Amino acid sequence: METLLELRNIVKRFGDVIANDHVNLEVRKGEIHGLLGENGAGKTTLMNVLYGIYQPDEGEIIFEGKKVRFKSPKDAISAGIGMVHQHFMLVPRMNVLQNLVLGYRTPSDPLVDVRWVEEKVRKLSRRYGIDIALYEVVMNLSVGEEQRVEILKALFRDVKLLILDEPTAVLTPKEVETLFSALKAMTKSGLTIIFITHKLKEALSVTDRITVLRKGKNVGTVETKKTNERELARMMIGREVVMDIQKPKIEFGSEILKVQDLWVKDDRGQDAVKGVSFSIRSGEIFGVAGVSGNGQKELEEAIAGLRKPFRGKIALDGKDITNLGVAGRKDIAYIPEDRIGVGLAPSLSVMENLFMKDFKNFKKGLTLDFKSMEEEARKLIEEFSVKTPSVHAPASTLSGGNIQRLILAREFSRNPKVIIASQPTRGLDVAGIDYVRRRLIESAEKGCAVLLISEDLDEIFQLSDRIAVMYEGEIRGIIPREKADYETVGYLMAGGMEVAA
Amino acid sequence: MRVDVEAVITSGFIISLLASSIRAGTPLLFATLGEIVTERSGILNLGLEGIMITGAFTGFAVSFLTGNPWLGIVLAGFAGMALAFVHAFFSVTLKANQSITGLMLVLLGLGITGFFGRDYIGQVATYIDPIEIPVLSSIPVVGEIVFRHDPLVYLALLLAFVIWFLLFRTRYGLEIIASGENPEAADSLGVDVDRIRYLSTMLGGFLVGIGGAYLSLAYAKLWTEGMTAGRGWICLALVIFSGWMPQRAILGAYLFGGLDVLSFKLQAVGFGVSYHLLAMVPYVVTIIFLLFSVIRKREAFGAPASLGLPYIRGKRY
Repeated sequence: METLLELRNIVKRFGDVIANDHVNLEVRKGEIHGLLGENGAGKTTLMNVLYGIYQPDEGEIIFEGKKVRFKSPKDAISAGIGMVHQHFMLVPRMNVLQNLVLGYRTPSDPLVDVRWVEEKVRKLSRRYGIDIALYEVVMNLSVGEEQRVEILKALFRDVKLLILDEPTAVLTPKEVETLFSALKAMTKSGLTIIFITHKLKEALSVTDRITVLRKGKNVGTVETKKTNERELARMMIGREVVMDIQKPKIEFGSEILKVQDLWVKDDRGQDAVKGVSFSIRSGEIFGVAGVSGNGQKELEEAIAGLRKPFRGKIALDGKDITNLGVAGRKDIAYIPEDRIGVGLAPSLSVMENLFMKDFKNFKKGLTLDFKSMEEEARKLIEEFSVKTPSVHAPASTLSGGNIQRLILAREFSRNPKVIIASQPTRGLDVAGIDYVRRRLIESAEKGCAVLLISEDLDEIFQLSDRIAVMYEGEIRGIIPREKADYETVGYLMAGGMEVAA
Repeated sequence: MRVDVEAVITSGFIISLLASSIRAGTPLLFATLGEIVTERSGILNLGLEGIMITGAFTGFAVSFLTGNPWLGIVLAGFAGMALAFVHAFFSVTLKANQSITGLMLVLLGLGITGFFGRDYIGQVATYIDPIEIPVLSSIPVVGEIVFRHDPLVYLALLLAFVIWFLLFRTRYGLEIIASGENPEAADSLGVDVDRIRYLSTMLGGFLVGIGGAYLSLAYAKLWTEGMTAGRGWICLALVIFSGWMPQRAILGAYLFGGLDVLSFKLQAVGFGVSYHLLAMVPYVVTIIFLLFSVIRKREAFGAPASLGLPYIRGKRY
C-alpha cells in the first residue's frame, strides 16, 4: 500500500514543556491507523499540528508525496484533511444543514443551495450508512448524533484523510458499533483514517496498524494483527525510573472512610459514578488509577461535598456524611486537580488563601486579628517551604509547585482524618513531586486515610497500599500493592476485565 | 387628576400616532438592524449613541454644505463605519474590552459633534420630504398611516428583509452567525473569524450612521447638540427585544417609536402622567423582555453565545 501521509521529526513545545519530541508517523492509503497513548502523551497535539491549528517548531509534513505547510485549518481542509475534535466544533443554535455547509461554497455561492446540499448528504448517507435529520437544531441532538454531524462535515468536504480524536469517549456501546461499521465502509471507498484512542480494545478491533506515543515520543508502530493488549499496554505505559522514596511500613488502624454503592451524575446529567464501594483505614493510602474522565472527578467531588450523589452512602468515622455540605466535612482535606480554579482564589494573598476556611479562628471583635494571622501564616509557609516574596503576595504569582505547597499547607494544617489528593503532582517539577509524595506518606503515618486519585501509574505504585482501577464509572478490581503489576493495572485502565482478583 | 378620555382618543389622534410611530421608529430600525449584524458576529458595540449622533451631524452638515440630503445620508453611513472600524480594531485586533471601547465611542461621538456642530445649530439644510405613493396613499386610514412617508422609511423596511436574507440564506450569514456563536468551530472550517467580525462591525456602523442622519434630515429636520437623546441606548435594548432577529426589529422599532411619540402627545393634551414615567416605558418593556429571554435561555431568543468575547485561536490549550 502506498504512503499517504508522513510526519518527519515533528517537535512542538509549549514554553518549557515538550509535547511532541521528534515524532515520526507514516500513514498508508486506505488504512485505519490507530494513534494510541495515555492522556498527555501528545496525540492531540500531533494531530493539531497536522491540521494546521499549531505550527510545528521543527519537522516536516509530507502529504500525497508533497511537502506541505498548513498555516491554518483552512489549508488542511483544502488539501483534503478533515478532523473530528474531541470537543465537538458545532454551532448549537444552527441546524444540521447549516453546520455542514458553514464555510463551504455551494454552486450558487454566496447563496446556500439547500437542494444541492440535501442531495449530496443523501448520497453520503447512502454510501456510509450515516443517518441524520438535516433540519434538526444541533442543540437538540444526542452526543452520538453530534458526532455523526462532525463526521459528515468532513465527508461533505471530500476529505482523503479523516482524523478522529477519541471518537468513542462520549458514545454508548451501541453507538460505538455503528461508528466502527461506518469507518470500515469509509476505508472501503478509499478514505484513510487516523483514529486516536487510549482504549486498547478499540484500537485492536478497528485499526489496521497502531502507532504508540508515550510522553511525546513515538514508541513504535505495530501491525494490529500481530499484537495484543498486553504488548500494547506495555508500550503505552512503559517503565519509568521510579523515584527513590521508601515507604515505611504503617500499621493500619480503624476504618475511617467508607463509601457504599455510590452513584453520582456528571454535569450533563449522565451517570458518572456507578455503584462504587470501598473503604479506607487509618494509615492507609488507597490509590485510584484510571484515565481521567472515567468518573474520578465526580467521585472525589462527592466525597469532598462539592457534588451530591443520588444514591449510596458516604461515612466518616462511622458517621453518615452523605448529605452534609463542605463545611460539615471539616475532617476531609481536599487537594483538587484544578489547583488554581478550585484550590485557590488566585487574586487573593497567600495569607488569605491559607486561612480561607478558618477566618473565624482569628476573630477580634468585629474585625480580624491580622497580626496573629500573619504570624501563623509565616509559620505555615516555613513549615511547608512555600517560596513566596511575602504572605501578602497574590497566590497567582506563585509557581505551580509552590501553589501546591500552599494548598497542602492549608489542608494539612487543619489535622484532617481523610485526605483526597487528585493528580497531586501533575505538572510539578521533580522537587515538587518528591515533596508532595513525602507529605502524603507522612500524613498516612500520622493516621490519615488517604484517597489518591492519579493517572500517573508510577505515583500510584509508589504510594498506594491498595490499587483500584476506575473505568467508565465503575471500580474494575481492587488489587493489593504487592500483587499488582503495571501490565495488569494498565490493562484494566484501558477497559480490560479483571482476570483473577 | 381627571382627563377627558374622549378628547384624547379620537380617530385623528390614533391615525397620527400610528403614522408618526413609523417615522419615529425608522431611525431606531436602521440602528437596531446595524447592531444586530454586529452582535451576530460576536462583537458588542455599545457605542451606538456616539455613532448615531455622528451620523446625525455628518448628514446635516453635508446636506447643508452641498444641498444634497442623499449625499448626507451616504456620508453619514461612512462616518458611522469609520467609528465602527475603530471599535473593530480595538475589539478584534487588540482583543480589548469591548464594553469600554464602545462607551469610549459614545463620549467621542458626543464630544466631536458638540465641538464641530456649534456653528450648525439653528441652520437650515435641505431635508428629505415625505412622498405620497400614488393610489395607495389615498386609501382611507391605511393610506395615511402607511403610504405617506419619506423613501427612507421604506428603505429601512426593505433592509430588514435584506438582512434577514443575508443572515439566514447566504454563506456570509452562516459565517457571521457561527463567528458569534462558536468562533472556534467557524475557524476550524476555515472561516476567517477576524475578517467576518471586522466587516460585520463596519456594516453595522454604516447602518447606525444612517439611522442618525435620518433623525436630523428627515425626522426632526434640524441639528442640535445631543439630539439623539438616548436613542442609541434604546436600540441596544431593541436588539435584545427582537431576539437578534431582523424581522422582529421592525415591530420593536415601531413600538418603541410609538411609545416615544405617545409620551409627547399625551403631554401635549395634558395627560396627567409625568413625562419621565412615560419615557421609562421602553426600558421597562426591555427589562421584562430580557427576563423572558433569560428564562428561555436555550431557545432561539438568546444572545449569540460568544457575544463580547475576543477570539484567540488555540487559547484553550
